[in-house]
Amino acid sequence: MDLTQLLTNQLPTLVAVILGVPAVLVGYIVAFEFAVRQLPPQHQPRVRPWIWVGPALVFVSVFLVYPAVDTIRISLENRQGNWVGLANYQQILSGFPTGGAWIAIRDNLYWLVLYTGFVLLFGMLFAVLADRVPYETPVKSLIFMPMAISFVALGVIWKFMYSYQSPGLPQTGTLNFVVTSLFHQPPITWLQDERVNNLALITAAVWGQVGFAMVILSAALKGIPGELLEAARVDGAGELTIFRRVIFPLMMPTITVVGTTLVIFALKAFDVVYVLTFGNYNTEVLANLAYKELFTFSNAGVSGAVAVLLLLTVIPVLIFNLRQFRAVEARR
Amino acid sequence: MTVASERLQTIEAARYSPRWIADRLQGAVLHVVIIGLTLAWIVPTLGLFVSSFRPFSLISSTGWWTALSPPFNFTLDNYVKVLSSNNLGTALVNSFMISIPSTVIPVTIAAFAAYAFSWMRFWGRDWFFLALVGLLVVPLQVTFIPLLTMFNKAGISGTFLAVWLAHTGYGLPFAIYLLSNFFRALPTDLFESAEMDGAGTLTVFFRIVLPLSVPAIASLVIFQFLWIWNDLLVALIFVGGSEPVAPLTVKIAGLVNSLGQGYHLLTAAAFISMIVPLIVFFSLQRFFVRGILAGSVKG
Repeated sequence: MDLTQLLTNQLPTLVAVILGVPAVLVGYIVAFEFAVRQLPPQHQPRVRPWIWVGPALVFVSVFLVYPAVDTIRISLENRQGNWVGLANYQQILSGFPTGGAWIAIRDNLYWLVLYTGFVLLFGMLFAVLADRVPYETPVKSLIFMPMAISFVALGVIWKFMYSYQSPGLPQTGTLNFVVTSLFHQPPITWLQDERVNNLALITAAVWGQVGFAMVILSAALKGIPGELLEAARVDGAGELTIFRRVIFPLMMPTITVVGTTLVIFALKAFDVVYVLTFGNYNTEVLANLAYKELFTFSNAGVSGAVAVLLLLTVIPVLIFNLRQFRAVEARR
Repeated sequence: MTVASERLQTIEAARYSPRWIADRLQGAVLHVVIIGLTLAWIVPTLGLFVSSFRPFSLISSTGWWTALSPPFNFTLDNYVKVLSSNNLGTALVNSFMISIPSTVIPVTIAAFAAYAFSWMRFWGRDWFFLALVGLLVVPLQVTFIPLLTMFNKAGISGTFLAVWLAHTGYGLPFAIYLLSNFFRALPTDLFESAEMDGAGTLTVFFRIVLPLSVPAIASLVIFQFLWIWNDLLVALIFVGGSEPVAPLTVKIAGLVNSLGQGYHLLTAAAFISMIVPLIVFFSLQRFFVRGILAGSVKG
């Protein structure tokens, strides 16, 4: 399609939406605010808040809460929309350890442990190390950069890192070049070989997310008062002891918050898997399975059941987050 | 010997003691480790970047590192081809068409709601807010099937409108959460004195709260924009393969899976998709980092 033609077609829509929607929303608030002022003064504070939160409540109810509840209903129906009880759940939970959704559950567990662990480890490492060099800012920018790009672009980057050529041919992938030239081993099919492929996917995702952990942990690290560290040094504590006994405990709350965020990411892992393997060669994850069931197998019921399973796995984190939130609120 | 020279001698001794060497060595090791790790971190991006300027025949036969030594053999072919023959230009425009409204709409709605949540009293306020915090982690997968049905019935399936509506619903919990945290931190005196001067709710919101919250709103806008620009899942579900509406992420993911022809064009396509986020990131890094800090370190 001609690009200029496209622009002349789309640009007016874009401008209309960008200016129009906020204008309508502001108009709505102003109009109702004047309406509220006509009410007797004692009623005003009871009506006004609903006008301000109204649009948000409507959107969240219609596009998040209602569909979530409806998905539970759908997960109890078959393709024809007839009630089948827990049959869909039975289908995805039968055939342990390789049938149903069990491969996906196993791989999500890999993600949960390895992805969360490595992102925290490298994030901490970069936060602590970069803090001690004068060129901290450029180092942090470079590590953080992958956060800005999409998981699709990230997937393409790693697809080329993991490229494989038959033994004897010159390797085009960076990793296989290292394996063959430096270690004199046969090249590895990183994305197909079931001994390494899950780790390969997780590595790509870790590479992209370390910057996130680093930024938050680094901010927490800088929040630790310098006198505290000085005092420990004066008392003759070594750098390692200081890290273990002073820095680490003080950073624990931040590590927990970052950790729970990463756990959620690990459970929802989708893009990297979709782009690099589409869940083949036993690299399936729940999010990709839900997608496949819906679009490849047109089985809404099973897809819904997988989605509900995914929802159930995040509930412990959800409860933990709510508790944290209430504890913080109580201290306010 | 004078006291001064005695002290000098001690200092000299200290400087040449093994401990000093050990410290220096530790410093050197630190530099080597951190520079080494950082270099390792940029190798994947660098490799793809170099590849994107290499001709097809070379990409598939030799590694990108061979291009760094003569004979240099660089070309813009991949960029030219992918933009002309693969409708990547359309996808680029579509990415803007999806991302900008999907940022503007939820941020506006969230600003109103966050103001009510932080400075008005109403029935169930704390419970509603708690529900929003809970919704922050709910996987979007649980919403897809009913929303698809809903959009089909409304006849807007596969249009920009469907994607805008979905992104608005999905983005609101985080947007309200982030802005409420910021609004609540504004000093109470500000509101009391404004009220004493007879300022109405509208005046307080538009003249005091909004101008003071520009940094918070800027972080939120950048965050939401990048999130949508980079999103694959939601676009895949609500746009699918619909060419005239599909954004860059969907288009490129399609290229990856259609192995064989066009594989080498992926290099250029990936970089085209990265230009906008990288510009946003490097020019507005401050706000981006602030958004991350405000969004995750609760309280």
